[in-house]
Amino acid sequence: MKYMLLIYGAEQDWTDDERHECMIESKRISDELKDQGKLIDSAPLHGVASATCIRVREGRRMTTDGPFAETAEQLGGFYLIDVEDLDEAIKIAERLPPASKGTVEIRPLLPIPVPN
Amino acid sequence: MQDFEPPSNRDSNLVATTIEQLYRESSRKVFASLARCLSDLDLAEDALQDAFTQAATQWQTEGIPQNPISWLISTGRFKAIDRIRRDAKIGQNASVISDRISRIASMNAARSDQAIEDDRLRLIFTCCHPAIDRMVQVPLTLREVCGLTTEEIASAFLTTPTAMSQRIVRGKSKIRNANIPITIPELSELPSRLDVVLSVVYLIFNEGYCASSGDSLTRSDLSAEAIRLGRLLVDLSPDPEVKGLLALMLLHESRRKARSDSEGNLVLLEDQDRTQWDGALIAEGVALVEDSIASRRVGGYTIQAAISAVHSHAKFAAETDWRQIVALYDVLMLLEASPVVELNRAVAVAMRDEPLAGAELIEAIHQRGELKEYAPSYSAVAELLRRGGKRKRALSAFERALELTTQQSERRFLMQRIAELRNHQ
Repeated sequence: MKYMLLIYGAEQDWTDDERHECMIESKRISDELKDQGKLIDSAPLHGVASATCIRVREGRRMTTDGPFAETAEQLGGFYLIDVEDLDEAIKIAERLPPASKGTVEIRPLLPIPVPN
Repeated sequence: MQDFEPPSNRDSNLVATTIEQLYRESSRKVFASLARCLSDLDLAEDALQDAFTQAATQWQTEGIPQNPISWLISTGRFKAIDRIRRDAKIGQNASVISDRISRIASMNAARSDQAIEDDRLRLIFTCCHPAIDRMVQVPLTLREVCGLTTEEIASAFLTTPTAMSQRIVRGKSKIRNANIPITIPELSELPSRLDVVLSVVYLIFNEGYCASSGDSLTRSDLSAEAIRLGRLLVDLSPDPEVKGLLALMLLHESRRKARSDSEGNLVLLEDQDRTQWDGALIAEGVALVEDSIASRRVGGYTIQAAISAVHSHAKFAAETDWRQIVALYDVLMLLEASPVVELNRAVAVAMRDEPLAGAELIEAIHQRGELKEYAPSYSAVAELLRRGGKRKRALSAFERALELTTQQSERRFLMQRIAELRNHQ
């Protein structure tokens, strides 16, 4: 069963040192999951200031600077994992450093139906 | 192969009544085992119905199997495999389907009685999974574990079957889509997961016990279901708090007859006719409390049950050992301090010492800005002030309680008190 772990947090909540430590710990957890065959991919994201949003309406592309929604907590990274069930996903999510400051949202992947 | 009873058991009336009885008493056990084996609640429900349908015809000709529950689980499992094959859509990934079928087929279907009970426990943990909304956990448990119909649950919670059905469907979709496992949590997770289960069971009980309105029969059914779940949990978990919760429910239940009068008005504990209390339930509850306390790992439910047991020991309200009750509330404050516990402790202090001592403690809670929208805190302080002769302050507290109360029999009681106090001014 595949799950996406979406990391949400307030960017200004982290000092540079904390951010650095978080990256090291996250890399360690990612490596461990990879060794167990449970990690598909993971990455931190650049801050929301780097975000660009695209909308196509009536065939016209609109490009805007900034994230999809201006909220206090922003998407800051993700893990794509392949584990047994939700309980295993929860156990991984609670170990991620951002879980103790922000929120980790667990979303099961919807399998794409095989075409006829 | 299944061993069948001799042909004398093919009597068609006997078969029909046996099946009826099995359905009534054991269908949720069969369901729980099928749910574990199939990891799919909807499929398990269909397989359960299929198995009973098959029993109705096959048992007529071949007799009743020696172990009907195992037969039903085993038959349900094969019926489920048939359904998976039949419902497989063209183009659907064939290897996924055959993997699923072989996984189900390899599951050990020969379940001991203990294993079947464990399957029910697994299902309780699934329905009370913290990833499921609290509003959904309670009806989902009643539907899936207790087997109440959606209509019954809806009427108990004073909502429409459609709305209740949506909640249950939401819960089942969450279990399926997020792949919530049907398992007993591992040891490290067990205490926190058990807490949720116990709180769901207690909520179900309270819905049946404390509700201000609704059909009283359906309501007491809810309490009975909660007590059944409590007994099941006691059989399966050595945690002393499980015993504490069952004891608490049994001791409350023992007073059901005495706690309302013929018009359905609430009768306060001190005014109840104690000869109407159910002695058997009290004895069972008290024994459980003593057991739990002996473990020396007591929690909030056990202490609350112990308080209730102290009341049960008193033949008359005046005999109540308030000193012990205050001491138990002190322990409860250490375990789980809350303004409501503090309020109850204050009333016990008033009963032990004198009314105004308790009134002062409640006024201190209000001065901290807590329980200011909680009607019982005002009716309690008002009553204590009245008994302490502080009529003016009592009157204004009763008036505040009335503002915050919507329940009709409560309101009648408060208005009567207010009228009395005004007449004496």
